[in-house]
Amino acid sequence: MILHTVNKSPFEKNSLERCIESAKDGAAILLIEDGVYGALNNTAYSDMAQNAMKTVKIYALAPDVQARGVGDRVLDGVELVDYNGFVDLAESHSKVQAWL
Amino acid sequence: MKFGILVNEGPYTHQASDSAFQFTKAALEKGHEIFRVFFYHSGVNNGTRLTTPPQDDRNIVNNWSELAAAHNLDLVVCVAAAQRRGIVDPDEAKRNSKDADNIAPGFRISGLGQLIEAGIQSDRLVVFGD
Amino acid sequence: MTDEMYDEEGGPVKKFLYLNRKAPYGTIYALESLEVVLIGAAFEQDVSLLFMDDGIFQLKKGQDTKGIGMKNFSPTYRALEMYDVEKLYVDKKSMDERGLSADDLVVPVEILDAAQVADLMEDQDVILSF
Repeated sequence: MILHTVNKSPFEKNSLERCIESAKDGAAILLIEDGVYGALNNTAYSDMAQNAMKTVKIYALAPDVQARGVGDRVLDGVELVDYNGFVDLAESHSKVQAWL
Repeated sequence: MKFGILVNEGPYTHQASDSAFQFTKAALEKGHEIFRVFFYHSGVNNGTRLTTPPQDDRNIVNNWSELAAAHNLDLVVCVAAAQRRGIVDPDEAKRNSKDADNIAPGFRISGLGQLIEAGIQSDRLVVFGD
Repeated sequence: MTDEMYDEEGGPVKKFLYLNRKAPYGTIYALESLEVVLIGAAFEQDVSLLFMDDGIFQLKKGQDTKGIGMKNFSPTYRALEMYDVEKLYVDKKSMDERGLSADDLVVPVEILDAAQVADLMEDQDVILSF
């Protein structure tokens, strides 16, 4: 299974949307950098992320979430990881694909 | 596990180099091997020692150099991308008749084949870009 | 890897996917991605190229760059065959969104739907995104 990383805000670019469309059931998506804005509740893209979580696991990089002051807005079901967790996810998946 | 890292953006403008650095540091601290960090596109700008950020800001270039020294990291700057953007080591300066070089400690300039080799030899290749 | 393949000299052969999602000329990514593909061909890996989103525009027929002072590199895609790079894929949704069909492109391609794109990605060892 692939670990997908997304570093773009869904408000800026379609990377998260295309990633979700291309992710197989059971894949993991890790939101990093501005990609963490895709993990928030009460936004125009919350439903997209929430629906995706029926078939894929979504993670967000905690240092990027905290840096942007949105720790109180993370969607239920999104798991926060630190850089060690990022490394663990890269190790436990067979390849890593960056959606830039 | 053996990781290869590709950095496609220069320092400061984009977070990619910071993210790649934090990932690389965490992987090393967890006992993983970093086969190579390859700098491509404007990522080659991570390899100039002339970078001088304000004193209260992180020095991304020095961070890479120091990490390389501590862990014997292979930091490779793509030669074709570097020539376009004016990143030069002493050999390249001589070959192209430039009056100076600017490569930072711990970095070396080499060809794109080093990226392909990193993809072949590493268990995982992780890309940081824009 | 469990099913690792080897080339004639006994080196490992991995499946490399180049994922191109950016338009040409506005940024350098398309050109420098193509440079990686050309250099990478010498390593005799199992290479596929996937064009998605604005990356499709890299393959548009009729590019003429005289007016912008840049080199038109679109003919190079037609030369990929000589480098044994023959697996060129485009994403159907991206084509439809942009009103393009296979006839609009400089090279023959295979058009993949979302499920086929997912299969192609899953089938790779290394995915280089530009």
